[in-house]
Amino acid sequence: MALSRDQIVQRIAKEIKDGYTVNLGIGMPTLVANFIPPGLDVTLQSENGILGLGPFPSEKELDPDCINAGKQTVTTLPGASYFSSADSFAMVRGGHVDLTVLGAMQVDEKGNLANWMIPGKMVKGMGGAMDLVAGAKKVIVAMQHCDKKNGEKKILTKCTLPLTGLAVVNLIVTDFAVMEVIKDGLLLREHAPDMTIAQIQEQTEAKLIVAKDVKPIGH
Amino acid sequence: MSKKVFKNADEAIFDVKDGVSIMFGGFGLCGIPEHLIAALRKKGTKSLTCMSNNAGVNDFGLGIIMVNHQIKKMIASYVGENEIFEKQFLSGELEVELVPQGTFAERIRAGGAGIPAFYTPTGVGTLVAQGKETKEFEGRSYLLEKALKADFSFVKAWKGDPYGNLIYRKTTRNFNPMMATAGKITIAEVEELVALGELDPDQVHTPGVFVQRIFKGTKFEKRIENKTMQGMN
Repeated sequence: MALSRDQIVQRIAKEIKDGYTVNLGIGMPTLVANFIPPGLDVTLQSENGILGLGPFPSEKELDPDCINAGKQTVTTLPGASYFSSADSFAMVRGGHVDLTVLGAMQVDEKGNLANWMIPGKMVKGMGGAMDLVAGAKKVIVAMQHCDKKNGEKKILTKCTLPLTGLAVVNLIVTDFAVMEVIKDGLLLREHAPDMTIAQIQEQTEAKLIVAKDVKPIGH
Repeated sequence: MSKKVFKNADEAIFDVKDGVSIMFGGFGLCGIPEHLIAALRKKGTKSLTCMSNNAGVNDFGLGIIMVNHQIKKMIASYVGENEIFEKQFLSGELEVELVPQGTFAERIRAGGAGIPAFYTPTGVGTLVAQGKETKEFEGRSYLLEKALKADFSFVKAWKGDPYGNLIYRKTTRNFNPMMATAGKITIAEVEELVALGELDPDQVHTPGVFVQRIFKGTKFEKRIENKTMQGMN
């Protein structure tokens, strides 16, 4: 069985360490916040200008002046700060954000990432994704291993879609596998419990390097 | 009374003419100069070059001047929330320059700070790099990005005083402080226009020198784009 969305983000949450400042992208990456191990001192950054993002508000706390980068209403935690977009991306580009988690359309064995446009379709814009992948110390991609609709492979030898960043991805977590981008390619570190390495390779265009201590996800 | 204080948005934009460039503060619908946008719609000024992180939604924010065919060119980082945008872009009516959000913020900051261009790692090896100079520093490639300036900047603040000193509230700050510095004429709409001396100088976000005109908005709608509350997801 492939991993559910919750299981993917749960696995990513294990990468978060005490003291980290983390930026979570819109969509599936946002859910990582629900699984941050208790007891860790972790600060969430939202690139529209919050450090110390809290949970969604109650009806009473609802404030149109306080939103996250997904334009959702949010609250802040004690010790939070607000700042301008220039300060926000100074944090991002300046290497002050430890980790960012983003979605992807394609990733390749060089760690190239494509997640912002499909030629011939309406382009919505890259938002802050290009800055985040260029600046964060560690970049984790949360994605489906293959296209859910047409089964097309998304972990490639070379991205075919326009790139968001060049050699920027460190770790890829999909419903099938956990793969680390290393100098020689993609290192398969963990696999979905009920899938064999051969089955995962079959769904992957890039040639996977199998880690010596490869193990099932969650073990 | 200071010469900077105007009665309302209509009076504050008296000299905004067809073909000018305007920066609009805001992120999504948060912290946008809603009175100035409404006044611009009423005035009907056309062929505008608009710089804003987003393009509003169909019936609020920049969407209301877009649907009225007042925008010629849009410089933004993400326009996915606006459907009219797609129609006008595909028909060729609307020219678009998409800029990574951090590069956008920094280009505006540079424009207001007298820095003509700067190098950034963002966008190296992507479509954004096309036609731009790249240079290596300490073994890493960077792109040369040029500053942005505008004829007018429309910003929104929480509190302001007759000298144009501004304080923003929570995440409404976003692009407003940089844009305030990068407009030849910066017009601020505020929720509260207080007397000189009432703002604590230590708390001022935008010093008044950057602001040429200021007025108090009368009815802020502050529309919420994605109302999300506990227990909803």
